[in-house]
Amino acid sequence: MGDDRHPRTLRTTASHHAARNRIEGRPEGNDTVRVPIKSDRDIIFARQKGKEMASKLGFSSTDLTLIATSISELARNIVLYANTGEIILGTVHQGEKRGLSVVASDEGRGIPDIQRALQDGFSTSHSLGLGLPGVRRLMDEFEISSEINRGTTVSVRKWVP
Amino acid sequence: MEVPILKQGPYLIASIQSALSDEDLVQLRDALVAQVGKLRSRGVIVDVTALDVMDSFATRTLRDIAHMIRLRGAEMVIVGIQPEVAFALVRLGLKLEGVATALDLEEGILYLNRKMTESGKKR
Ligand SMILES: Nc1ncnc2c1ncn2[C@@H]1O[C@H](COP(=O)(O)OP(=O)(O)O)[C@@H](O)[C@H]1O
Ligand SMILES: [Mg+2]
Repeated sequence: MGDDRHPRTLRTTASHHAARNRIEGRPEGNDTVRVPIKSDRDIIFARQKGKEMASKLGFSSTDLTLIATSISELARNIVLYANTGEIILGTVHQGEKRGLSVVASDEGRGIPDIQRALQDGFSTSHSLGLGLPGVRRLMDEFEISSEINRGTTVSVRKWVP
Repeated sequence: MEVPILKQGPYLIASIQSALSDEDLVQLRDALVAQVGKLRSRGVIVDVTALDVMDSFATRTLRDIAHMIRLRGAEMVIVGIQPEVAFALVRLGLKLEGVATALDLEEGILYLNRKMTESGKKR
């Protein structure tokens, strides 16, 4: 089962474009999958793809569910708040460690107050407000950057235990 | 994919077969709320055994359905939440407040039967 061995990171970047470039500047192997998100059906596809990749990396079935749930929340936010965007799935390495990286990126309205958006129960859509804070708990690393009217990028990772 | 709804005695059983789009979930909600009245059902079982992911939208919609069914005078129980899904729900902070759950279909039917005798005694 998931545990708290890995520290969670939260980095908030003022400039969305700086973060985006950094993410896109990462070396991309041929194991990167980009899933365009345009409707709620794409949410299902994105989490299935994520599960597939994570399963190849050797994650436990509990971790697969945590990863798929996270992808679902991030993709749903794109559909709800930005209409369109994409989910970029990739494998990441750090020394011996291997993991899955999920980047949810859009060019929507952006988030005015990131700290608030990360609080349990905060929602501008009368929804549960558990998406972002929940994903932060489900994954090992969490990075978010957003700029008003420019877009939002949430980048998360989970390491194979 | 539409969710089949079967009538079994006084109960309705909705067995979710695969991942549901938002539209499917909303359709399930409307169908159940309508059928409960049409067939005068006393209870509803929603079987989510086949769901490998329940995100906050799915959970909230299922909770809403349960509340609506109760307002229609029937009981609803969700059965078959997978262990991994339960773990993810707890981590996300989703509580399914006020919604009855049971291990599987059999337990779900037993739960509804108990509810029916309880409400029968009260009369
Ligand atoms: N991609 C995004 N673009 C713009 N705003 C967003 C995005 N993702 C989240 N938000 C904002 O952050 C809030 C909290 O998001 P979340 O934790 O997923 O809860 P919920 O979606 O239930 O409201 C949302 O209500 C919304 O205002
Ligand atoms: Mg959300």
